[in-house]
Amino acid sequence: MTDTTEATADAKEAIMGEPVISLRRVSAELGARPVLRGIDLTVHRGEVVALLGANGSGKSTTVRAVIGQVPVVSGEIELFGTPRRAFRDWARVGYVPQRTPAAGGVPATVTEIVSAGRLSRTRFGVFRRADREAVREALELVGMADRAKDAVGALSGGQHQRVLIARALVARPELLIMDEPMAGVDLASQEVLARTLKEQVAAGTTVLLVLHELGPLEPLIDRAVVLSDGRVVHDGPPPKAVGHHARPGHDHVHPHAPHDAAGADPIRTGLPL
Amino acid sequence: MDFLNYAFMQRALLASVLVGITAPAVGIYLVQRRQALMGDGIGHVAMTGVGLGFLLSASPVWMATAVSVLGAILMELIRWYGRTRGDIALAMLFYGGMAGGVMFINLAPGGSNANLTSYLFGSLSTVSQSDVLAICLLAAFVVLVTLGLRRQLFAVSQDEEFARVTGLPVRALNLLTAVTAAVTVTVAMRVVGLLLVSALMVVPVAAAQQLTRSFAATFAIAVAIGVSVTLGGTVTSYYQDVPPGATIVLLTIAAFIVLTALATPLARRRARALAAARPAADPAECAIPASRASADEVGV
Repeated sequence: MTDTTEATADAKEAIMGEPVISLRRVSAELGARPVLRGIDLTVHRGEVVALLGANGSGKSTTVRAVIGQVPVVSGEIELFGTPRRAFRDWARVGYVPQRTPAAGGVPATVTEIVSAGRLSRTRFGVFRRADREAVREALELVGMADRAKDAVGALSGGQHQRVLIARALVARPELLIMDEPMAGVDLASQEVLARTLKEQVAAGTTVLLVLHELGPLEPLIDRAVVLSDGRVVHDGPPPKAVGHHARPGHDHVHPHAPHDAAGADPIRTGLPL
Repeated sequence: MDFLNYAFMQRALLASVLVGITAPAVGIYLVQRRQALMGDGIGHVAMTGVGLGFLLSASPVWMATAVSVLGAILMELIRWYGRTRGDIALAMLFYGGMAGGVMFINLAPGGSNANLTSYLFGSLSTVSQSDVLAICLLAAFVVLVTLGLRRQLFAVSQDEEFARVTGLPVRALNLLTAVTAAVTVTVAMRVVGLLLVSALMVVPVAAAQQLTRSFAATFAIAVAIGVSVTLGGTVTSYYQDVPPGATIVLLTIAAFIVLTALATPLARRRARALAAARPAADPAECAIPASRASADEVGV
């Protein structure tokens, strides 16, 4: 971490004030295996932060701890300045989970899936006209309005991912948390996703993304946090040009190299762990 | 239609309709969560309740309700905490429930396994006035939950992790689903029997989804199938001397086979219509018709 990074972070705090996500010394276990070993991470309002790292480094576990799906052994998590356990204002958070093969056992249409994302804005799950319109608008944002009545099971991987993003956007969240949004997504859908995300960021949405590699989203990303073996090993500008990396004291961090070898060595950065 | 003149047939038909509605209405959420056999497990546990009812001279229906609700809650707790040996714990619960039923009923004065048979396989003609009252009350609860909370239950059953981020009380809704399933088992106990309950929860849903693309349509068609087969089975058993429970379940399976046979040309026609509607609009995406398989390999 260089002086400039800290200066930027300080400036951000001064301008934007409120941290939207803040993790302090967060540790978590899956079974008896420690997966997170004291993660510190702060995402400020309006920032786009990428969480990078090899498979098993704890990226997904970190975001799943933030939303409360993974129990935390020690440390503190705050959302919008409220301890996560006391946080109730979930309509402010949009979540795009990792797309899994485990689809539901019953067919569901694109509209039905996206409508589930609107529940946080309804009272007792009663849908009004505004809610139905929000669903239609969210589907238009990701270019899936013409598939509204189709079964999600009939969609391609990229289209399915667009539907999951519409589901996260339908409550008009201030914070978007996405786990590997580009994994297994065809090029056409990648472009739609990048464009949608750009519009959201331009409108002031805060974003925390888990990524294997920066890829087409690179221009949007303000800051990259690299995890290795459950620890933060880099927190600063996204790894970019060679000149930047060549600076003395800045080890080469290459988050997308080891992803196809699950058992690969953790990233060596030379930073104190 | 002379069967309508008999009080026992009126009670039997009322009970049948209620079972035809409630069993698929709960079953659809179980199928969606891939817990299709949960109803079967609850059915086993409910046997202890029936046995206790005889032993304590209490109503077997209400006793079975109490015990199966407790069993369902226990199963849900095992699902949360006992990830490692959850299946073994469930197996012990099921078989313990069945053995407990046999034990209690034989301890009861004058009780024997013969008493149990009417609960295992159903005994529509012996449904009493008080049974009907219990079935009506329990069915009302099930309909209220499965229809009133359909959006919430859909969200939790579809994607539990996402549901948590919409602020839904995921654990409470999971428990409610389990309790509702337990109540449904006891509603259906007198009609199709504890060992056949699960068929009426699962098969109508499986049959309906041969035709449907949406959850709402699957729900409606599954309930329609449920009511048709329970009524059909009950009336058949009046005219032909056949056991109603078994007749109902065989009719349900027949419905599944017929709908599956009908669905294949329907799916083909839909695929053709879709291809015609978008002539090579998106070659990249059209080239991946086996989208599920290719998508599934990524990001696991």
